[in-house]
Amino acid sequence: MTTHPNPTVITRYADPAADLDEVTVWAVEVHLEGCADCRALVAGSTADDTRALLARVAAGIDDGITTGPAPERRRSWSATPQRWLVWHLVPWLTMTVGVLACAVLLQALTPGLPSLVSLLAPVAPLPGVAIAWSRRHDPAWELIAGTPAAGLTMLLRRTAAVLAVVVPALALASDRAGISLALTLLPCLAFTAATIALGAFVGVRRAALGLGTAWALAVIMPAVVTAELPVVLRAGSSPGWALLTLTLAGFALLRADNFRRLSSHN
Amino acid sequence: MMRTVSADETAPTTHPWAVHAEELRVRAGRHLAVDGLDLALGTGVHGLLGPNGAGKTTLMRALATVVKPAGGRLTLLGEAVDGRADLRRVRRGLGYLPQQFGFYPRFTVREFVEYMAWLKEMPKAAVPGAVQRAIDRVGLTAKAGARMKTLSGGMLRRAGIAQAIVNDPAVLLLDEPTVGLDPEQRLDFRELLRDLGVDSCVLVSTHLVEDVVVACTDVVLINEGRLVYQGTPDDLVTRGGQGDAGDSAAERGYSALLRRHRAEAGR
Repeated sequence: MTTHPNPTVITRYADPAADLDEVTVWAVEVHLEGCADCRALVAGSTADDTRALLARVAAGIDDGITTGPAPERRRSWSATPQRWLVWHLVPWLTMTVGVLACAVLLQALTPGLPSLVSLLAPVAPLPGVAIAWSRRHDPAWELIAGTPAAGLTMLLRRTAAVLAVVVPALALASDRAGISLALTLLPCLAFTAATIALGAFVGVRRAALGLGTAWALAVIMPAVVTAELPVVLRAGSSPGWALLTLTLAGFALLRADNFRRLSSHN
Repeated sequence: MMRTVSADETAPTTHPWAVHAEELRVRAGRHLAVDGLDLALGTGVHGLLGPNGAGKTTLMRALATVVKPAGGRLTLLGEAVDGRADLRRVRRGLGYLPQQFGFYPRFTVREFVEYMAWLKEMPKAAVPGAVQRAIDRVGLTAKAGARMKTLSGGMLRRAGIAQAIVNDPAVLLLDEPTVGLDPEQRLDFRELLRDLGVDSCVLVSTHLVEDVVVACTDVVLINEGRLVYQGTPDDLVTRGGQGDAGDSAAERGYSALLRRHRAEAGR
């Protein structure tokens, strides 16, 4: 804090008729901004009609505040943006959980078949991820695509929202079906990472569709026909899945700028 | 309404043009909608005119960094945005109203503008004030708490303008902002445009030649993805002759320029 200006200088500052050089005026103004005592001095040295004017202005402002609209109350608006996503994902996630429940039930009824839960685990998050990042399903897509927040971070946030439901559901299903947790969750994460990595080139929706179809044709169909669990899902393959997840996730991070623009693929 | 002006808002710019495109080519699907466009825009309100299919919307999308240019150079606020550049910094200084903008029907106007402010990475403390100011500027104060699905077409358009100006953008791109506005709102909107154009670069795409002449400081006319004409509204008015189509001097100038351009292209 600087030293207070001389009271006579303040009196001259407050008096419109007094002649005070500009440099002093600036110095006094800067000091007044931070010093309540000196502001009181200025208020004390003003003329009566100025004080009457100030009182009138204050009364007018008070009146405006009381009669005007009430201030908008503060909400925890960080919850707002998620609301659309939540409503939009509910049907798809319900379907995923329903399919997993059916898989558990079928497995209990037909012990001869290979574990349906572990066969379905890799593709379980794909419908949700595809819907969360699709221009057809997000009405404000073009607006969002032009904002700085658009990009891989936003896709990961939405994917996390999907996984937050799918992963517990899978954990529960694998527990009920009595199969290894690692062999359910790791393929699930690997396929999610693969969708994002492939999505950087062909769009997330197409990537999810392609990967889902490929898995169904190459692994699920033969497994159901031969009634034998495929090699990739047997015990001992989990380090491979973990390595695959890490590689694909790292690859997706390198391609992060492919998600910044509005792409015709999504 | 008052607000504090920060030091970097008053800092001098280091780029000659807010928007600078050289030989810009942008695809819309397979079609090359913008084909070799040269454009330099500084501070002020620029009206973008052109017939249907001239490439106005595609140009707007490229300038908003929403689509990647197929070729040429594009610089916004002194930063190249055509290649694999990091767009975050530039995008913080952009405001964009698409021609058809989707919205979340259950959001209120305030929530919608708040969400967009959050996506534009504004400082958290500045958001409520900026949102209120943007809503006030477009005249939606009384409707701030109404859900988006209950708004009329003109009000939706104004909500869209509010989200575009919420971050006080240095480059503001408005694609057909006057669609659905009644005559009185259009007058208010022209006033807002003049106000915005004082310290930022505003590009307004429209079909209404009258709006451009009254509210803009600069006219940009494009046809088939190329720049046909860039000049002041007063100059546009002098281009038209008695024989040209149009009900006002500006409209005659517009059709005269287009006719001349087509004649030259057809030669």
